[in-house]
Amino acid sequence: MNFESTGAAPVLSVEQLTIELHGGAQTLVHDLSFDVHPGEFLAVVGESGSGKTMAARAILQLLPPGIAQIGGRIVFEGEDLGTRDVKAMRPIRGPGIGMVFQEPMVSLNPVHRIGEQMAEGLRMHTALSTPEIRARCLDMLRRVQIADPERCMDAYPHEFSGGMRQRIMLASVMLLAPRLLIADEPTTALDTLSQREVLDLMVGLAKDHGTAVLLITHNLGLVGRYAQRAIVLEKGRLVETGSVPGILIAPQQPYTRRLVDALPRRQASKPPADAAAQPLLQVRGLCVSYPGARAGLFKRHPPQHVIESLDLDIHAGEMVALVGGSGSGKTTLGRAILRLAASQGGQILFRGEDVRKADRAALRRFRLACQLVFQDPFSSLDPRMRVQDIVAEPLRHVPELDAPARARRVRETLDEVGLEQLGARYPHELSGGQRQRVAIARALVRRPAFVVADEPVSALDMTIQAQVLRLFQSLQAHHGFACLFISHDLAAVEQIADRVIVMERGRIVEQGTRDALFDAPRHGYTRALLEATPRPLASLASAEVEPLDERAFA
Amino acid sequence: MLAYILRRIAMTIPTLLLVAVAVFTLMRLIPGDPVQLMLGEGADPAQLELMRRQMGLDQPLPAQFLVWLRHALAGDLGVSTTNGLPVLPLILERFQVSAVIVLAAMAIATLIAVPAGLIAAWRKDRATDLAIVGASTLMLSVPSFWLGLLLLMFFGQYLGWLPVVGYVPMAENFTQGLLYVILPVVTLALVETGVLTRMSRASTIEILRLEYVTHARAKGVPESQVLRRHVLPNAFNPTLTMIGLILGHLLSGIAVLETVFTLPGLGRLMIDSIFARDYPVLQGCLLFTACIYVVINLIVDMCYPLFDPRVSVQ
Amino acid sequence: MMKFKTHTLIGGALVAGLLVMALVAAAWTPYNPLGIDLRSKLQPPSASHWLGTDEFGRDVASRAMRAASTSCLVALLTVVLATSIGLLVGVVAGFVRGWTDRVLMALNDALLAFPGLLLALGVMVNVGANQWGIVLALSLAYAPSVVRVVRGTVLSLREREYVEASRMIGNSEAYTMWRHVLPNCIAPVAVLATSMFGWVLLSESALSFLGLGVPPPAPTWGNMLSSARPYMASAIWLCVVPGLCIALTLLGINLLGETLRDRLDPRTEKSS
Repeated sequence: MNFESTGAAPVLSVEQLTIELHGGAQTLVHDLSFDVHPGEFLAVVGESGSGKTMAARAILQLLPPGIAQIGGRIVFEGEDLGTRDVKAMRPIRGPGIGMVFQEPMVSLNPVHRIGEQMAEGLRMHTALSTPEIRARCLDMLRRVQIADPERCMDAYPHEFSGGMRQRIMLASVMLLAPRLLIADEPTTALDTLSQREVLDLMVGLAKDHGTAVLLITHNLGLVGRYAQRAIVLEKGRLVETGSVPGILIAPQQPYTRRLVDALPRRQASKPPADAAAQPLLQVRGLCVSYPGARAGLFKRHPPQHVIESLDLDIHAGEMVALVGGSGSGKTTLGRAILRLAASQGGQILFRGEDVRKADRAALRRFRLACQLVFQDPFSSLDPRMRVQDIVAEPLRHVPELDAPARARRVRETLDEVGLEQLGARYPHELSGGQRQRVAIARALVRRPAFVVADEPVSALDMTIQAQVLRLFQSLQAHHGFACLFISHDLAAVEQIADRVIVMERGRIVEQGTRDALFDAPRHGYTRALLEATPRPLASLASAEVEPLDERAFA
Repeated sequence: MLAYILRRIAMTIPTLLLVAVAVFTLMRLIPGDPVQLMLGEGADPAQLELMRRQMGLDQPLPAQFLVWLRHALAGDLGVSTTNGLPVLPLILERFQVSAVIVLAAMAIATLIAVPAGLIAAWRKDRATDLAIVGASTLMLSVPSFWLGLLLLMFFGQYLGWLPVVGYVPMAENFTQGLLYVILPVVTLALVETGVLTRMSRASTIEILRLEYVTHARAKGVPESQVLRRHVLPNAFNPTLTMIGLILGHLLSGIAVLETVFTLPGLGRLMIDSIFARDYPVLQGCLLFTACIYVVINLIVDMCYPLFDPRVSVQ
Repeated sequence: MMKFKTHTLIGGALVAGLLVMALVAAAWTPYNPLGIDLRSKLQPPSASHWLGTDEFGRDVASRAMRAASTSCLVALLTVVLATSIGLLVGVVAGFVRGWTDRVLMALNDALLAFPGLLLALGVMVNVGANQWGIVLALSLAYAPSVVRVVRGTVLSLREREYVEASRMIGNSEAYTMWRHVLPNCIAPVAVLATSMFGWVLLSESALSFLGLGVPPPAPTWGNMLSSARPYMASAIWLCVVPGLCIALTLLGINLLGETLRDRLDPRTEKSS
């Protein structure tokens, strides 16, 4: 749909917007101009530091203290919003422009009931009576598929999950039927299935009321699925505008091309592991449960079963992906296998030896041969240690290597991950991607036979994700360790895995080779996950298989 | 809800028991023979023995402890060796004096500090904030006994508006009693306002960063309402904890102020009993104060669910 | 940013001044702080006695300086002792958990239930009213707060992934506690220790004021203030000087504590 030709005036016109830190220390947004047309779905794409959040906040004059708009105009429905002071902005905020934020955990006030918070907006901007307000709230809650809206109105935010809170937030904002909805990464903190639900609802509600949507995101997949037009920001500047899917198929600018290239794509599959040989790791009948919550003075609720009687095989050199939504138990499984979490039954056989209930010597052997790469690059490294010390620490337990040999091994490992020059730095001096590479180096320095990677790239920016993922792949091919790759991101899994295991609520519902699972999923849950994951490239012509390349990072 | 209350109360019993043991041990560790002290240097050994048996001091320690505990639970904390009056009623009488001052001062301090902290956080790093932070830092740096002395000198001796010594309970004569109480309350309130303002400001700054505040503004809620309905209830909790802690400690820390203003309060009673080696009174005071502290914390804990629905009541 | 400089400057200046005065006065003061000279008693500030003399003719300035030494020493020793005990107990309780934690915290809470002043009184009645008695008493009174803070920090650090990573590498629990948890507790403890220095100073003054601190004739600001009471009207400088010393010291410490807190704010570490 070509908006320019219909002649309808844009609902929002941002002209040469410039935003700076106080005192001019840094310019966050340079000269940004774009339009949003009535009823349109526009995506603002960028990585961290692109200025996209600040630009959105500036529209509603909600810039945090210390940051100010120093140039440009924001024209909403033909009126320059700069002429309005904070008090005059109030009628705009809510009924004119609505905003949904990222963190569902802190977006609702924990001390007020849902009903009150939803009613607040209506009470302020309309003259409706209390029963009418209540009726509208209930209606909207039903529309966003909250079961039992009556109870929800009287409940507190902490009683709901992240996905439900985002839906309540959406309901609350759309109650005022704004002409423009700004959504700032609304689903980044949610799991795949909730993401799909919330965004589908957003599109539906926007269509109901003819609301234009400005979606701020770093996820090109979502852009491909929902947006009609997209603008790309890099370091505060507008790099490219275009309609979707055109901008994804044939990006004009180098930065956009880099973003599109960073999308995970399927690689040539490796020959399957020798089924006859004994698997490196065998899990039989594993059970993990948490003790029940307290009920009364002395009783407890029955224990919560997280994993029930699970069987799993991993062969040497295999890359096995473990996927599932939140609550599937995949993270718990990873930790239980490594004995970082307690398990209540079953066997974990590593090289034929049961390590679940093993003594210290056996556990030590197990620990020497296995490692874990954590998800959060910020908290997995001790802030008080230098990079080289972090990577060297695991070698404490390898007495065969003397001091010079250890130093050599550390240097080699840092080289492999591309951090040769950064050995003397501290974690806070490194970027997220670099920190994750340190974590990988630490995991690989003892040349383990088995590595569990728990969402290793989820917390990183798009282009960095691609780099780290490719690095991990090439390291695995080079060193030949078996890997259990835990992720909720099916797109990354598609690129990297040999075999895929799907978990739902503590059970394995399907497993198979990557190609088999992605091309012909059998279980309903697998299908739902695949459908919920936006994979723009799968639907485009350029779904070619690309060769693995070594060290493909800048 | 009732189960929660009962459970919380049950959890304090071990602490109270430990406190009782600690008090008892502390007193028994004091060098010197209390009986000797009571009867003087030249007392007849036979009389000492008699006294000892009468006071039950010849029993083994655990037995003595149980006897003492039994009496304490029945409300009998012994009699003062100074004036022979029963200890518990004496403590209660003095406690009233201290409590009035402490509660009044904390109430005033809270009423000033919480809004002041809120406004300072709201206008962070601007002139208002700097002024409030500066004033509260000054207030909490001044030692309360010095401030009390200075105020007493100025309003009492120099201006002659307020009495310098003595005390009249407000129950007897309200206006007269008020005059004696104003200065100590004001002194204490000033110092505590400083502390609480800093705390309130810090927790408000935390809350203001959170997204639901921005969300409220994005809905077009007027700023005053944002502060009142969204920020204040959430920022109050940490301040509540602090208030609980301070209240507990003030009941004894007030000893200095009672000395300056010569008030017959609980703190003064403790000090006097130390100098007079009046162990029953000292013991009773320690036990009483420690119990009050535990009770105050219990009350504060039970207030949390009122302010924060996330604190589960089940 | 300007505010940062102002309060650090003032705080730094005050505390530096205090420390210098304390160090100097340990060895030298203009007059002997204990030197009685009844002929020149109760003199207002003058050229020969900058801050006047007290009821025994002793030079107030010298006494105030010597008091600085005493108070600083007591406060320093107390903070060191309380922090050490607190760190040890807090780390063990927070890391080991289970019954050890519960017992330690029960003891800690019982100790906390004794308001500091009372505990100090209780201990000193046993040990005697001298410097060491005060240090011991105040350490016992303040250690529980350190334990609380340390345990809280340890509890949150335990959940950090680098602690898990340490276990993953094969390090023993003890090694992990020592190498990874303890160093990261230093920052909050440092902030607490700074504030504690001020509180201890104040407590020690209060105890002296009540006659339960360092016994006369050794000067502390507290007992100087106490003996100045009868002379409130006639020799006002006797009341003003010691109180002002305490107030300025506390002000300096509080301002410095501010700076420390700002510097060590963990939020400044994370970037978005």
